[in-house]
Amino acid sequence: MATTFTLNGESRTLDADPQMPLLWAVRELAGLPGTKYGCGMALCGACTVQVDGAATRSCVLPLSAVAGRQVTTIEGLKSREAKAVQAAWIDLQVPQCGYCQSGQIVSATSLLEKNPAPTDADINSAMSGNICRCAAYVRIRAAIHAAAHTLKA
Amino acid sequence: MSHPTTASSRSSRRRFLKGAGQVTLAALTIGFEWGASSRRARALSAGPKTAPFAPNAFLRIGADDSVTVIAKHVEMGQGAYTGIATIVAEELDADWSRVRVESAPADAKRYANLAFGTIQGTGGSSAMANSWMQLREAGAKARAMLLSAAAQQWGVPVDHLMVEQGVVHERTGHRKATFGALVARASTLPVPATAALKDPKDFKLIGQRAPRVDVPAKCDGTAQFTLDVREPGMLVALLERPPRFGATVLSFDGAAATAVPGVVKVVQVPYGVAVIAQGFWSAKNGRDALKVQWDETHAEKRSSAEIMSEYRRLAEQPALSARKEGDAQRALGTAAHRLSATFEFPYLAHAPMEPLDAVVRLTPERCDIWAGDQFQTIDQANAARIAGLAPEQVYINTLYAGGSFGRRANPGSDYISQAVAIAKAHGADGTPIKLQWTREDDVRGGLYRPMYLHSLEAGLSSAGELVGWRHRIVGQSIVANTPFQSMIKEGVDPTSVEGAATIAYAIPNLSVELATTQVGVPTLWWRVVGSSHTTFAVEAFIDEAAHAAGQDPYQFRRKLLANHVRLRGVLDLAAQKAGWSSKPLSSGRGRGIAVAEAFNTFVAQVAEVRVDQAGTVTVERVVCAVDCGTPINPDIIKAQMEGGIGFGLGAALYGAITLKDGRVEQSNFNGYRVLRINEMPAVEVHIVPSSEAPTGVGEPGVAPIGPALANAIFAATGQRHYVFPLTKS
Repeated sequence: MATTFTLNGESRTLDADPQMPLLWAVRELAGLPGTKYGCGMALCGACTVQVDGAATRSCVLPLSAVAGRQVTTIEGLKSREAKAVQAAWIDLQVPQCGYCQSGQIVSATSLLEKNPAPTDADINSAMSGNICRCAAYVRIRAAIHAAAHTLKA
Repeated sequence: MSHPTTASSRSSRRRFLKGAGQVTLAALTIGFEWGASSRRARALSAGPKTAPFAPNAFLRIGADDSVTVIAKHVEMGQGAYTGIATIVAEELDADWSRVRVESAPADAKRYANLAFGTIQGTGGSSAMANSWMQLREAGAKARAMLLSAAAQQWGVPVDHLMVEQGVVHERTGHRKATFGALVARASTLPVPATAALKDPKDFKLIGQRAPRVDVPAKCDGTAQFTLDVREPGMLVALLERPPRFGATVLSFDGAAATAVPGVVKVVQVPYGVAVIAQGFWSAKNGRDALKVQWDETHAEKRSSAEIMSEYRRLAEQPALSARKEGDAQRALGTAAHRLSATFEFPYLAHAPMEPLDAVVRLTPERCDIWAGDQFQTIDQANAARIAGLAPEQVYINTLYAGGSFGRRANPGSDYISQAVAIAKAHGADGTPIKLQWTREDDVRGGLYRPMYLHSLEAGLSSAGELVGWRHRIVGQSIVANTPFQSMIKEGVDPTSVEGAATIAYAIPNLSVELATTQVGVPTLWWRVVGSSHTTFAVEAFIDEAAHAAGQDPYQFRRKLLANHVRLRGVLDLAAQKAGWSSKPLSSGRGRGIAVAEAFNTFVAQVAEVRVDQAGTVTVERVVCAVDCGTPINPDIIKAQMEGGIGFGLGAALYGAITLKDGRVEQSNFNGYRVLRINEMPAVEVHIVPSSEAPTGVGEPGVAPIGPALANAIFAATGQRHYVFPLTKS
C-alpha cells in the first residue's frame, strides 16, 4: 500500500506495509540513514523526527499516520534554529559516540522553534525523552542555551 | 582541534590480553579503506595522480596536502580518533584542518595494541598510552623525510628549514612548499631509523582544544555507523535467542515466519534461530511469528535473589587471597573499634545507544565484516573459525561504534560470530547480511557486568588509626572459560579484585579475598571493569571508617595516602575546588568524596546532593579532579569525565539487570533505567597539569562517582546504603 507524504520538503510515495514504523520507512525505503534506531518503544529518542514541526518518535509511528503530512529528518533540517543548534553542537563539541545526536538535535531544534529562550526546566521537559548513554548532557544543555543566545542576537 | 584520550597501562583488559597474547592471530596486511570518514576518503582516493607518501602504517600524505592518519583503535565516543590524529599531527607539524582519520584493517603486525601484546583492540583506557610514543615517532619520521625532500629540492641544509602547519619553508629565505608538493620526492627517501621528538614545550596541538575530527559528521546525520551500512542486495537478520542463558534450540517451526511478506529465509544457527528478510520490519514481524521449542536442561534457572543469597553465605567463609599484608585477622581481633558492612551490586547491561549490529558478506573464499569493531584480530579469528576460513581471509572494516562501554570487546565476538553463522547458514553466497539486535535483545543478551557482593571489616585503634582491613569479594569471573583465562593467577581473576587488592591506603594489616562463583549468566567487563564495584565498596566503607574514627572523610583519606602523591593530588584538588572545608551546605544537602586509580589515571570527585522529605535524591553538582599525565586534549578529558560521571550515576541510582527463574526481567529503557538529562548534575572538571606519559580517560571517571554519591547521601541524611542501585535499597 502506498503512502504519500512530504519528506524534507519533497513529496514522496512509499509503497510499504502501512504499519511499518516511519523510522524504517525513512531509513530503508527513502534511504535517509541519519535517523537512528535505539529502542523501538519511544523510550530513547534516537529516532526523533519532526512531523508537521513537532518532535516525534518515528520508531512507533506507523507510516500510514504521516500520509499527507510534513516529515523532517536530520538530513532536512534547514531552519535558522536548526543551524544555530548544529553550530552550537560543534562549538561545544557535544557528541561523543554520536549515535543519539540526530535525535538530540531534532528535539533541541523543535524546542527552540517554539521557545526561543528555554529555561533549564524547559530543556529538561523537552529533552528528557532523549537518552545519551555517553551522558553528554552537560554539553547538550549548554549548547541549547548557546543556540538560544545566538538566535537572540 | 582536539583530541581525546584513552590510555593506560595495567589492569584488566590490558593485563589480561597480554597474558593471552599467545592466542594470537595471523597478521593481515590487506587494507580495506572504509571507516570513519569513508565518504570523504573515497572521494579523495578517486583523485590524486601522484601516489601518496605513506612512510609508515599510520600516515598517508596526498599530493593534495591531505594528511590521513590511520587509526588502529575504534572510535566509540571516547575521542580516540582525535587523540591519535593529534599525536601524529603534532610531531608532523601538520595543518590540523587537513587531517582526517581512517580506520586500520585488522593486522596484528602493524596495528596491535602495544598494551595488549599481539592483539589489535581497544580497551582498558589504553588507546593514548599505547599509541603515544609509537605515533610521535611515526609523525616525527615523516616530518624528517619531508624536510629532507625540501632540502634536496632546494639544495640547502635541512637545518635551514622549518615546518609550520603543513608547509616547509626556509628559516631565512622565502622558498616554501606544502607537504603535498614534497610527496613525490619524500616517497623516494629512506625512512630514518630515528627522528628527534619535540620538546613538550613546543607542542602546538597537544594540550590544546583541538576540535574532534568526528564531530561535524555527528551533527548532521552523515556519520556512518554499522546500522547505516547499505550494500546492494543486503538482507537484514534478527536472531531469536534462548529465553534463559544456556538453553539451546530443541526444534522450531518457521512456517508462519516464512509467510511474513519480506521474509527470505529462516535458519538455525548455534545461537538460536534467525529470520532473514528484506528489511528490519519484515525480519521483526517474521521473528515475532517464529515458534521455537527450547531445551532448557542446562539453562540457568535461578533468580538473582537466590544467587545473592548464595553469595551472602559464601562471604561468611574465608576465600582465596588476592592480597595480604600483615595479619588482618589479628588486627581486627584486637582493634579498639571494629566495623563491618556488606555491599551488594547488581548485574549491569552496557546498553550502548546503537544496539549491536554487524554486516557480513561471506563467500567460500572471503568474509567481509563491517562493525563498530573493538577487538579486530579476535573478531577476525572467531569469524574465520565459524566461516571455515583462514584469518587472513577475513576483512574487518571498523566503523564508528554507537557506544560500547566494553560490550563490543568480547572474547567470543558474540554479535559478529552470530552474523557470520547466519551468513553461513544462508549459504555463504556473497549476500550481505546485517544482523541487527533489538534493544530487547541487547538488554536480555547477557555479557553483563557481574553481580557482586562485598563484605568488609575494618579495625580502628583508640587513636582512630586504621589498623586492619578485610575485604571479601564474591562474584563471577569475567575471564574464566574464555581464551583469556590465563590471566587468572592462583585462582584469582584480577578483573574481580582490581581496585580492592590494589587499595592504596596505608593499612598495616590487610587481607583481600575472592570467592569466584559459577553462575550460568555470561559476564563481561563494563566501563572501568573491576573498579566499577571495588572502588564503590572501598570508598563507601573508608568513609564509614572515617566517621567511626571521628575524622573528616577527606582528611582521613589524605593521611592514608601520604605515599601516593598523584592520588593525594587529585583528592586535594577536588576537595579544594568543591570548597570541602570552607563552604558548608544548607540543610537537606550533603557532600561526599571519593578517589580512585584506574588504568593508571587518578580521579577524585566530590558530589553534592539534595535529599527531600520523601527521600528523593537530586545530584546537584559534581567536582572532579583528574590526573591522566600529559593532557593531550583537555576538552576531551573533560567530556570523558562528564560522561563517566553521568554513566556511573545512572548505574548507582537505577541500573540493575535482575533474573526471575533465570529469565531477565528487564527488556528496554523502561525497566533498565539509565540517566536522563533532567538527572544530570552540573559538573566541573579540573585537570592536574602533568608531564608524565598520558594515560586514559574513557573509563576512570566512572569509578569514584558511585561512592561519592553514597557518601553525600550519608552526609545529607545520616543514612548509609548497602544495596545498589539506590532505587532498590
